[in-house]
Amino acid sequence: MRIGIDVGGTNTDAVLMDGVRVLAEVKTGTTADVTSGIVAALRGLVEQSGASASDIQAVMIGTTHFTNAVVEAKRLVPTAVVRLGLPATRALPPLVAWPPRLREAIAAHVYLCQGGHEFDGREISPLDRDELLRVAEDMRGRSVRSIAISSVFSPVNASLEEEAAAILGEELPGLPISLSHEIGRIGLLERENATVMNACLRDLAEQIVAAFRSALAELGIEAPVYLSQNDGTLMSVDFAESYPVATFASGPTNSMRGAALLSGLEDCAVVDIGGTTSDVGVLQRGFPREASVSVDIGGVRTNFRMPDVLSLGLGGGSYVRGNKPTIGPDSVGYELPSQALVFGGETLTASDLAVAAGRASFGDPSAVAGLDADLVRRGLADAERMLAETVDRMKTSPDPIPVVVVGGGSILLGDELPGASRLVRPDHFAVANAIGAAIAQVGGEVERVFSLDQLTRDAALDQAKSEATEKAVAAGATASSVRIVDVEDVPLPYIPGNATRIKVKAVGDLELGRFDGA
Amino acid sequence: MREFTSEQLDDLAFGAAVLGTGGGGNPYVGTLLARQAIEEHGPITVVDPEEVPDDALVVPAAMMGAPTIMVEKLPAGNEIVVAFKALEEYLGRPITHTVSAEAGGLNSVTPFTLAAQLDLPVVDADLMGRAFPELQMCLPSLSGVSATPMAMADEKGNSVVISTISNRWTERIARSVTIDMGCSSMIALYAMTGAQLKQMSVPRTLLLAEDIGRVAHKTAAEHGDVVAAVQERIGGFRLFQGKIVDIARRTDAGFAKAEAKLEGTGESAGSTLVLEVQNEHLVARLDGEIAASVPDLIIMLDSESGEPITTEEMRYGFRVTVIGAPCDPRWRTPEGLELVGPRYFGYDIDYVPIEKRRAAKQRRAARSRGR
Repeated sequence: MRIGIDVGGTNTDAVLMDGVRVLAEVKTGTTADVTSGIVAALRGLVEQSGASASDIQAVMIGTTHFTNAVVEAKRLVPTAVVRLGLPATRALPPLVAWPPRLREAIAAHVYLCQGGHEFDGREISPLDRDELLRVAEDMRGRSVRSIAISSVFSPVNASLEEEAAAILGEELPGLPISLSHEIGRIGLLERENATVMNACLRDLAEQIVAAFRSALAELGIEAPVYLSQNDGTLMSVDFAESYPVATFASGPTNSMRGAALLSGLEDCAVVDIGGTTSDVGVLQRGFPREASVSVDIGGVRTNFRMPDVLSLGLGGGSYVRGNKPTIGPDSVGYELPSQALVFGGETLTASDLAVAAGRASFGDPSAVAGLDADLVRRGLADAERMLAETVDRMKTSPDPIPVVVVGGGSILLGDELPGASRLVRPDHFAVANAIGAAIAQVGGEVERVFSLDQLTRDAALDQAKSEATEKAVAAGATASSVRIVDVEDVPLPYIPGNATRIKVKAVGDLELGRFDGA
Repeated sequence: MREFTSEQLDDLAFGAAVLGTGGGGNPYVGTLLARQAIEEHGPITVVDPEEVPDDALVVPAAMMGAPTIMVEKLPAGNEIVVAFKALEEYLGRPITHTVSAEAGGLNSVTPFTLAAQLDLPVVDADLMGRAFPELQMCLPSLSGVSATPMAMADEKGNSVVISTISNRWTERIARSVTIDMGCSSMIALYAMTGAQLKQMSVPRTLLLAEDIGRVAHKTAAEHGDVVAAVQERIGGFRLFQGKIVDIARRTDAGFAKAEAKLEGTGESAGSTLVLEVQNEHLVARLDGEIAASVPDLIIMLDSESGEPITTEEMRYGFRVTVIGAPCDPRWRTPEGLELVGPRYFGYDIDYVPIEKRRAAKQRRAARSRGR
């Protein structure tokens, strides 16, 4: 049996699963200390199912904690940034365009050093050991608690980042070091930004991971603990201590993965309708499609592997206004249980329309019996149109695709949606995110520029695929279960040697019992 | 003469992306570079072409190379200064002004980095009136002005000055040097007198780009129709409104080529638009018939936000409006079309100015209504 937990901003959801069967589900409020909310959710699961701690083989947690810390610029440690690439890159030093508030929160020290590679693997300049020793000396004089290292074209050749880490690690033992090639892709500023975020979260990561561990210990659960990453795969809790940034945006990912399991569909659109907003994403082979553009987090530009999600201001609590009604984008939010007409309130919300139309039955239906039938029909049709347009925007081909709808607000929709081959509303739809965490797999990814002058396209793809597979197995997947879920090759113009960027992702089932995480 | 501060950069970047007709490189890095330079060295002096003395020595500054490289190997910042110094030494007299080589994309702001560091005035003009992918595609080529002597520099301090027998050779040799320099270089070329510049450039394109951005941002803040505002400001035509339903991409001879298919909505319902792309939007076919072609400008805007969409960003499902605008009249001469007409890019079609295509279409529509 496994437990899946989603620690969101408002709710902590938990499920107990046996394989793909849901044995128990709990929704509780997220607490300030995180731990007690998780403990409460776990107690609920045990009570509902009668399972004992020894039955639990693995615990998977999805959390927005680290994203929030960056957005709020709280609990971040003083961080040094070392960039290898001189004489190139000097015009735009690290942290350029960071909001001053966040820059101050990490008390950043920036060092520009020699190193870096050209696109074709030549060195821009050799690494200068003495220069790095001077940097280490300078850091010693300051209260630096964590180091981020970036190097030009390190996704193509990571050797200089590793060498620099070895030198600094020897000089400053015990200081955590984050390397950019392990965190991001081509795009120096964005990758470096993500690496600095990772570095400044390292202390908090240790604390949070300790909180997770103590919550589980309190209930006597000794199973290994995993955290879900933004691409829908898992990392061990040890790995999470070193790469907290990989948890960013795991929420929408988990809810989409949960929707995939609950519906049995691997290629579909997922609509997650909450109280205030709806998130629309697309699953390809059971995994969320990734966004290709930059993503801003806390005002900082990054290029994380993020799910491609469109949000719109439409949810169960959305205000309904006018006779030709407009819905949202604002919402009564958490006050839905007191403000909506069906709950004795005075505000006409989207949920009231759903009850009036007989799509849902909660609260007091008589409170909306007097609503103009035309208004109800038009309002719900408008909500449907907004969602259908968003789904359509996310599709990659004009053919109708199945749409899975999850989340508490999914009652707004009827039995069909324009552009959808069918509309699926699975059981347990309200805890799809925790289920997504529970069923997450482990993965490996390769993204590199290949020169197709020396290599055929097929040979390059094969090479990338086998490297990705090896990475997945190293991350804990059973070798026999690993499959390639994503292959993308983008030809690069103006670069000689027929350069092509190839990206391959492999995933497999977690081998229970191989790692002893807790 | 006016002062250009970093507050104006966002407007300029928006307008430059519009005039980039889908290409021209990553405006984000370009804007960051210009902002850094202005913050470090102070505001930039921009002068009108009419204010430039006839005997001035004006040298355009630009970046050459692959946009993909620019986002990874960021510049040192002084490459362009090194290139200018090399050219100045070769010419044996001081350069007095700089100017943009292209109005669209990243290179619209490249001279700013230089101007801030050397305290040189930037002339409000450019050599294309839009963005084009190759060095010889500049108006001075039409008057027989040589692109060389041309200086190139990398971040390591290397610089070369090349002399060539034609501007197409300049493109070829400079491209090879750029690759050795790590696929990006800063270049100074088409050295001209003030008198030549006045004849061989498109005047006031910085002002135009800034104005497009200002109008767009203002309209967006007032929740108005940004697309209509942009179209009006550039004096263009609305070609199509619809949704991207297919994009086929390939790389061919160093160009990022693509064919994008759009299905009409609203006023264009029932119609199909096909866009041929080589770094920039080059040909627009409406229901099989050519609606616009290079060198006229074909611009794709997000139908809702009015934001210009680059050819790399195009994705299935985007709701877009395509507008067309006349190019500088000098590109419409036989010599101009030989340099940048549809046939140069491999399309076997005759160039017809966009407004003539438009009028012919309207006449046909009127006739069929009259029948």
